[in-house]
Amino acid sequence: MKYKSLVINHPEELMFGVAPKPVKTPRGLVIGGGQVYAELNFTLPMMSINNNTLKEVNAHYREIAEGALERAVHLNSKGVVLEFETLLEMTKTPDIGVDIVKIMNEICEKYYLQHGLASEIRLTPNDLREFERPAKQRSSAYLEPMMELFERGMVAGGDLLSIESTGGKEVSDDALMMCDLKGVMFALSVLGVRDMQFLWHKIVALANKHGKIAAGDSACGFANTAMVLAEKKYIPKVFAALVRVISVVRSVVAMEEGAVGPDKDCGYEGPFLKAITGIPISMEGKTAACAHLSPIGNIASACADLWSNESVQNIKLLSGMAPTAYLEQLEYDARLMNEALRMGKMHCQVLQQLLVGSDVYTDPQALILSPENVIRISKELIKGDSYVANARNGALAALDIIEEAHRSGQLKLSDMETAYLPIFRDDLNSIPDSESDFVAMMLPMLDPGKFILAEYGL
Amino acid sequence: MNELIAKLLEAVEFGKIDQKSPYPPQLRGMDGSHELTQQAIEAGIDPQEILEKALIPAMGNVGKKFSENKIFVPQMLMSAKAMGASMVQLKPYFASGAIKSKGTFIIGTVKGDLHDIGKNLVSMMVEGGGWTIVDLGVDVGSDRFIEALKNNPGAVVGLSALLTTTMVNMGEIVSGIKAHVPDTKVLIGGAPVNADFCKSIGADFYAPDPQKAVEYLNKLAS
Repeated sequence: MKYKSLVINHPEELMFGVAPKPVKTPRGLVIGGGQVYAELNFTLPMMSINNNTLKEVNAHYREIAEGALERAVHLNSKGVVLEFETLLEMTKTPDIGVDIVKIMNEICEKYYLQHGLASEIRLTPNDLREFERPAKQRSSAYLEPMMELFERGMVAGGDLLSIESTGGKEVSDDALMMCDLKGVMFALSVLGVRDMQFLWHKIVALANKHGKIAAGDSACGFANTAMVLAEKKYIPKVFAALVRVISVVRSVVAMEEGAVGPDKDCGYEGPFLKAITGIPISMEGKTAACAHLSPIGNIASACADLWSNESVQNIKLLSGMAPTAYLEQLEYDARLMNEALRMGKMHCQVLQQLLVGSDVYTDPQALILSPENVIRISKELIKGDSYVANARNGALAALDIIEEAHRSGQLKLSDMETAYLPIFRDDLNSIPDSESDFVAMMLPMLDPGKFILAEYGL
Repeated sequence: MNELIAKLLEAVEFGKIDQKSPYPPQLRGMDGSHELTQQAIEAGIDPQEILEKALIPAMGNVGKKFSENKIFVPQMLMSAKAMGASMVQLKPYFASGAIKSKGTFIIGTVKGDLHDIGKNLVSMMVEGGGWTIVDLGVDVGSDRFIEALKNNPGAVVGLSALLTTTMVNMGEIVSGIKAHVPDTKVLIGGAPVNADFCKSIGADFYAPDPQKAVEYLNKLAS
């Protein structure tokens, strides 16, 4: 791992709205530069996407952007990011995705010129490669349309570039269901890291070519899947917390390859990335309940630079269309944080304490996201010589924190949860430092039909 | 209850696959479902009895505990593996007709959708309930469901979807199935769907969780 020291070393410096390396966008947002902005995410209502419905699809995205930016103007918004996360058909046929970027960018430009409202589009193509099993991460024919959408989409106005890449997911899916921590480690710190290096090298090169912003990746398909499964009581919450920490070594690779943030909203590994690299991050919490439930509604915003809602369908609510309503919710949260920023450090700390204190001991996944624990874990995430060692060390630090809080009586865990604690510790302690030793250890335990080593350069 | 049947039921319920397997700790060193099934067959116990008195009730208990949030998925998966170790040995009796399964359940995630965690859970629980599973995987269109139905007459079909843009494909698939194999029962599940949607597309049952799918299928089989 390239990072050997933290950019943010003290918990009190890990604050919302302020990042050591802010990102300035073409229309003038300075993300992490002393303001928190809303990042609105949205999707289509129940409908098919095909040649017969494309007009309707485009109309939905036009309505979403218009509705959200109009409301933002009324609320005196300081700026907005619209995340366009593409659906399968929009990436498979890049023309569809590019047209939608153009439509939304025209609206962003209109509101910028007419009202002075700065807004940007985060373009997030879905990772088509997972449509093949075993996945062909490097040789898949799906790479071409994906990269075409990245390039043409950024030229059309997608200024911030992200993806929820899926390298290692073919191993992680089963490992999550079995609470197989070593399997998750292999998926994220070996396969995930290697795929991130491959993919983000390409994305950063394209972004640099066109003067756009390579923002970051999210381990959504790994750690958020774990979180949602834990919310359904399918797997222990402790396990989901450890998966989150392990995911950091995989997501930080985007920054090592040149991504500059803001990291993506559904990557709750964001606070660790901010501490390690200094980039601004997007986060989502209570405002994402429209898409999934979570135990980290308030604490997630403790050091957010963009505040997001994950995804909401464009359907009618009593107040108006759902994306417009969610934009308003995000704006009010951002307004509160911005008022604290305006009033100074002490007010920011008080607000952050409230956001953290209201969640921190309710769930191990919240516990690891307190600024104090983020810094403590992050120090462990960078001290080893390999991604594998760093992931293991970070997870062990998180386990220590969880066990300390449980022993002190502050964090309540059921017997079903605590039964897993020694198992996880034994699993983590059995993992060697070197990647090659770890790969040799894991290969006999994994189904070789599930993944292709050569597709990860192994 | 026969002692071997009782031990086998316990082994499957608690996920003890074979003597060597370290899980669960309280059964360490004891025979697992592999050895116990072998012993039961050698003792002349009717294979149908092994299935109906040990394996199916064991998985029923597992499903109940899971529904009541008393165990996590990994425990359920270990039980499914233990059951699998028994089923391998019972396979010849299925082939000869000495054991009859409750029926065949064809399952798949619908076209355009790759999410399979929910589908796999349902598949595992239904198999544990004594059904034969035909898992078509993910991104499955109506043609593959219809083909599978032709190869497995009388089978019940399960459709899964996680996205608002793929749940619509359920409607097309249900229409296709009902047009080609009209009497087929179709159940659906997944985050964006509900009972109203199920009704609107002409499907027969909405399963909000794996256990409900098993209960519905068992009603069909009874």
